[in-house]
Amino acid sequence: MHPDFVQGWLAGAILASTPLFYAALGETLVEKAGLINLGVEGTMLMGASVSFAVASISGSLPLGLAAGMLAGGLFNLLLGPLIVVRGANQLASGLALMFLGQGLSAFYGKAFVGTSIDGLAPLPIPFLSNLPWVGQILFRQDLLVYLMLPCAFAVWFLLSRTAWGLNLRAVGEDRLVAYAAGSNTGLLRHQALFLGGLLAGLAGAHLSLAIAHTWTEGLTAGRGFIAVALVIFAAWRPLRVLPGALLFGGTLALQIQLQARGAQVSPFLLDMLPYLVTLLVLVLLRKSSRGRMPEGLKEVFESSR
Amino acid sequence: MVDRKALATISLLVAGALALFSLLLLAAGKNPLDTYSSLFSSTLGNAYGFGEVFVKLIPLLFTALAVAVPARLGLVNVGGEGQLHLGALLAAAAALACGSATPRWLGIPVTMVAGMAGGALWALVPALLRSWGFLNETISTLLLNYVALRVVDFFVYGPMRDPGSANIPQTMGFAPGYLWPSFTGRVHIGLVFALLALALAALVLNRTRWGYEIRAIGGNPIASHRHGLPLERAIVVVLCAGGALAGLAGTGEIMAIQGRLRPHFSADYGYLGFLVAWLASHRPLRILIMGFLVAVIATGGDSLQLDQGLPSATVNILMALLLFVVLAREGKLAS
Repeated sequence: MHPDFVQGWLAGAILASTPLFYAALGETLVEKAGLINLGVEGTMLMGASVSFAVASISGSLPLGLAAGMLAGGLFNLLLGPLIVVRGANQLASGLALMFLGQGLSAFYGKAFVGTSIDGLAPLPIPFLSNLPWVGQILFRQDLLVYLMLPCAFAVWFLLSRTAWGLNLRAVGEDRLVAYAAGSNTGLLRHQALFLGGLLAGLAGAHLSLAIAHTWTEGLTAGRGFIAVALVIFAAWRPLRVLPGALLFGGTLALQIQLQARGAQVSPFLLDMLPYLVTLLVLVLLRKSSRGRMPEGLKEVFESSR
Repeated sequence: MVDRKALATISLLVAGALALFSLLLLAAGKNPLDTYSSLFSSTLGNAYGFGEVFVKLIPLLFTALAVAVPARLGLVNVGGEGQLHLGALLAAAAALACGSATPRWLGIPVTMVAGMAGGALWALVPALLRSWGFLNETISTLLLNYVALRVVDFFVYGPMRDPGSANIPQTMGFAPGYLWPSFTGRVHIGLVFALLALALAALVLNRTRWGYEIRAIGGNPIASHRHGLPLERAIVVVLCAGGALAGLAGTGEIMAIQGRLRPHFSADYGYLGFLVAWLASHRPLRILIMGFLVAVIATGGDSLQLDQGLPSATVNILMALLLFVVLAREGKLAS
């Protein structure tokens, strides 16, 4: 393979993996609480549309990012009354959330379709960005790309090294025991939904502000579902989300690179790759991941009724 | 049967969802009364619109059953959209391959069998993965939807493309022997098939030993396993049956409405069917009622785009709100 091709592919892989990473990291928090939000797709759409709208009206990217995050957090909280309080079916509730996100973002986002902004620009790191080859791939990315690693560690720390994280995981393993031990399980689960939503909103914001620089209906194109699969791939471990996201981002970017170079492969077959790779990896990793699934989730998944 | 109290609660909840949707419309500076009157007049208010509601109801009944049948076993089939596409693809392939002289009494069953086979085959992968304990069917059916759409694109843009249509990617038109006849306007014989499927599903699920066993296994997998009821086989059977039903939805769309296979011919019928099934708590009679309601809203959504310049996905808000209230109401009952 041509070195330029590999370089372009790897740089593209890192960029494409960023929204997947943040969405999956957020979903990890939610699932650690024994909940599953199948509607991450909808949350990402809300984050993407709101951040784009706010950024283009105000002209301020930080404001756009913050608004997108907040929209995602609040949007995820809508699930609370349903699945935490009422105990409704989580898979169906998540899909209802996806429908809602599709509808709301299409409805309120319509005014912004066809407009574009400069977006989140790459932030070359002095000196490092001039390194031969690697500099182009790793150190000419945008701020949110650089923040992936710190965020992964932050979530890891939150879950594994704080009392809040311990309580949250206890709720995810056995809600009744956690309740008997004095945890406010309802509050903890709502907090997990909110934090997960902030990250999914950020994921959507990165997609519209840093990658697409525009808003179109259904911008996420299934990335929310890949993020849900990614959590299983990462076996519910925050530090494993990044390598997973890079793998899937790599598949997405490969397709873009090949098409840009006019490769003689059907674009439709290339488009299938991310979804097929996701399926294949989930099947191959089933043993290592299943053992780590929070006990509370097994209820949802194995007798989903 | 739907008793009077349940009907009253549902009406109240629907009213609540409509009120909330009005607030969202107001917030965007739209007059909700205009939107509702447009929704109403374009569907129930005139003969053409009323017919269009039934046109949408046909695929929705199939795709809702595709969700409801596996749900009896506790399975969540979100793959209706993909199964619908593969059903249409195989039906189209059969119609194009079998020659143009086929008489109608043979042609229509050929399309139905091919369509059911396509949907069932697409559901077979998630079914096997689940029955072997490899992967939950919710994730796999969802991901395969995205693959199925591209499979159809691949064939319609590639090997099955009509060489005569230079600008539009589509297959050649099907021979008359395969086309599903219409009663009036675009309302076609698929309505009869869908109602028969609904009745058959109700009969099998509620009145046969097998239907009872499925419910027993779904309710308590471990106990059923100890009593020797084979869970693995049941998973494959119900998911493939669901896939076959969704395949019929796609077959009807191309054989009665389109007359040829084009990309993106489905108006999200797979996902809307999922909504209908959950709104109806997976019960056949309620699927008819909720299917009609969702068909009205979806038909109205299309006209909103034309009349008021609103994206047709706007009505997804209303449908999601409806599903929210139904799920919230049934939450404690189901668990």
